[in-house]
Amino acid sequence: MAWRLRLAPEKTNFDFFRWQGVTFGGSMLLMVLAFVAWGVMGLNFGIDFKGGTTIRTESAQAVDVAAYRAALEELPLGDIAITEVFDPTFGPEQNVAMIRIAAQDSTEAVTPEQIAAVEAALRTIDPAMTFPSVESVGPKVSGELVWGSILAVALTSFAVLAYIWMRFEWQFALGGVLALLHDVFITIGIFALFQIKFDLTIVAGLLTILGYSINDTVVVFDRLRENLQKYKQMPLRDVMNLSVNETLSRTLMTSVTTLIAVGTMMIFGGDVIRGFCFSIFMGVILGTYSSVYVAKNIVLFIGLDRSEKPKNKGTPDEFANIDA
Amino acid sequence: MLQTPLWKRILIWATVALGLVLAAPNLFYSRVEGHNDAAQAVEAAGFATVEQQAALDAWPSWLPSGIVNLGLDLRGGAHLLAEVQVADVYKARMDGWWPEVRDALREVRADVGAVRRQPATDPAELRVEIENEAGMAAAVAAVNALASPIVSLTGIGENDISVTAEGKTLIVALSESERAAVDQRTIQQSLEIIRTRVDTAGTREPTIQRQGADRILIQVPGIGSASELKALIGTTAKLTFNPVVRRGTSEDAAPGAGNVSLPSMDEEGVWYTVEEVPVVSGEDLTNAKGDFDQNGRPAVAFQFDARGARAFGDYTAQNIGAPFAIVLDGEVISAPVIQSHIPGGSGIITGNFTVEEANRLAVLLSAGALPASMTFLEERTIGPELGQDSIDAGKVAAVIGMVAVSLFMIASYGLFGVFAVLSLALNMAMIFGILSIIGATLTLPGIAGIVLIIGMAVDANVLVFERIREELKNAKSPARAIEIGYERALSAIVDANLTTLITSLVLFTMGAGPVRGFAVTLAIGIVTSVFTALYVTRQMVETWYGLRRPKTVYV
Repeated sequence: MAWRLRLAPEKTNFDFFRWQGVTFGGSMLLMVLAFVAWGVMGLNFGIDFKGGTTIRTESAQAVDVAAYRAALEELPLGDIAITEVFDPTFGPEQNVAMIRIAAQDSTEAVTPEQIAAVEAALRTIDPAMTFPSVESVGPKVSGELVWGSILAVALTSFAVLAYIWMRFEWQFALGGVLALLHDVFITIGIFALFQIKFDLTIVAGLLTILGYSINDTVVVFDRLRENLQKYKQMPLRDVMNLSVNETLSRTLMTSVTTLIAVGTMMIFGGDVIRGFCFSIFMGVILGTYSSVYVAKNIVLFIGLDRSEKPKNKGTPDEFANIDA
Repeated sequence: MLQTPLWKRILIWATVALGLVLAAPNLFYSRVEGHNDAAQAVEAAGFATVEQQAALDAWPSWLPSGIVNLGLDLRGGAHLLAEVQVADVYKARMDGWWPEVRDALREVRADVGAVRRQPATDPAELRVEIENEAGMAAAVAAVNALASPIVSLTGIGENDISVTAEGKTLIVALSESERAAVDQRTIQQSLEIIRTRVDTAGTREPTIQRQGADRILIQVPGIGSASELKALIGTTAKLTFNPVVRRGTSEDAAPGAGNVSLPSMDEEGVWYTVEEVPVVSGEDLTNAKGDFDQNGRPAVAFQFDARGARAFGDYTAQNIGAPFAIVLDGEVISAPVIQSHIPGGSGIITGNFTVEEANRLAVLLSAGALPASMTFLEERTIGPELGQDSIDAGKVAAVIGMVAVSLFMIASYGLFGVFAVLSLALNMAMIFGILSIIGATLTLPGIAGIVLIIGMAVDANVLVFERIREELKNAKSPARAIEIGYERALSAIVDANLTTLITSLVLFTMGAGPVRGFAVTLAIGIVTSVFTALYVTRQMVETWYGLRRPKTVYV
């Protein structure tokens, strides 16, 4: 027998409902907290959703935010935010900052003169400064992007709901989708809490979470369906525990491989894509958790009709309970 | 047992081999790219220069030459989302209607009395005030006679204009279906003209697409900045030759009927009052190119078509000694005095141009004027260095991720892990092969999608291996356990991957730009990883089992 790395013991027999109050209840509480964080602190929307301009600067000199601000102060641009960007992939001579200018009051994105003025003002600090990216989105488009994103999340959830309904029972569909929303909303809550920039790629990340999390949940459901056929007399709760225990090793394996891959992308993939990878990373952790602790609890709450569908057809005791 | 039919095995390995062959050109990216560019240029020009021939020879033409397109965020370039101001065209249409309406009302003057055009807030309306309200019925009838029916699928029985009355005001408006037709035509023309302008500027693989009702998405890789691109496509480039009435130092407050006052392009504070109706316009040009005048200054040489040449010849013959203005987008480039009759229909425009400006103007003029002006809702410039940084970072992350996942899989499943890792590598190659052949665009989120797939692709294998383990525990013979393992894991694999596929389809339909690239790689990756897990890994397992015939299997 060769040695094998095991994430879960060969045979587990956990009662995943034992601490239901803590696990499921905690999840619900976290979800509420996520909503609170979202409502109170708001999301740090990027220009995709708020409109405005971002300019990425690169210079051999260290970034002096105060000097940048002073240089830009004289320009009639309104609200300006300057942040220095740190990244392990940068070389020693690579000092990067992001300058964000609030949307100017019009439908148009930005005039070339405004960008030229900003670039000229910054070059007074370092004549060799370069501007690797300049992006600007008009307020008209950003409003539409917000709605488009909400629609995308809703549409995906609905499509998934319909699919599970078709393949399983409606209780599974409901449980699966609620688990999905749990993952998505807590991730949004984390973005609100830490005020991480929330832009279009984050929405793509959230949609990926939808896909990943449902993938995980469906595998558990699939085993549950199989075991329900196999152990017709066992209480639903025990069948669920058995199913989760049987798939536990796979659930952990897949989560860990995915986390390894996304984690390396998050660390080594550069700062442009870090937020996106972070959202997927969080989503994978939450998705794994929710397929073990959230989705099936909801199915258990609703209850399942475990009677065979065509059972009343011509069974001998069909009329046994009729009092003549 | 454990034997796939030969034809199926051949099909599986042939598919894998095809994927590898199609992916191969990406290993020699710059060489193949040079080859493709040269091939395209040679086909367009009809002959090959020495460098082009060298580029052509660098990659054998019988090998597949499809490579993954790099998105703007990886290659660098400019992205613009423009909104076409279709209202401009409505206004021009209503201005065109005014003389006809006036003439029609003049014929029923006895009933209507004097008529006067009034300013309209809606550009698709023409408001005319009539003197006698009692004559409104006659006025409406007279104007209605001008309308012509529209021939279209939706607008059956509808006219191009609708005529209504509001007190003493007669309102002529474009009908809904006429507006739709105008929109359609305007966007189509704008697309064509933008395409010509961008193509003439000689950049590679631009994307020019209609988006929604009145928007156009333009992505040009390799261009320096969005401002540069805007200068090229954002100019309406409406060129006219108008007779000059007088020259002044400030805007003419009362230019007189049929005249307009326009500023000079180069001379500060100089205004020209010109007749509004041009002698000839840019539409009559057949050709324009950058040139030099007799003093060696940059200029634009142009050539009129037959109609334009006749009109221009007649006008110059009759107006020797009078100045005429060359007007571009509402500004007077220059106002030379006609020295002699110009019969040939060709000439040059001189102004304070640099060589680049003259060339750009020539491009704009020969491509034609845009039917309407555009506003830019979104613009992005990505420098090529940033794109290269992203590619490098993506490569590093992909390699590290791949190695880490491989080690993890081998540690967990031993020999079966090795099989899974081998098919993961083939899976990656197949993703690139498919991306290349469908000409998909790889974006930075797309790279993230590939890295995510590295993690998720092993999932199908994990499902099968875990299942085999379970079946082995139930004291099945190894061959039977492997077979049942594949059989029983199938439904979970299909359900799990179909739901992910659904999400990627939604992402593809709803997402824009880079997000779409992510959806494409994710969808392709799901399909290939299911294929490799269910067929390729299984082939490896079966071949190994067939050769070794082990008594016991330890997964």
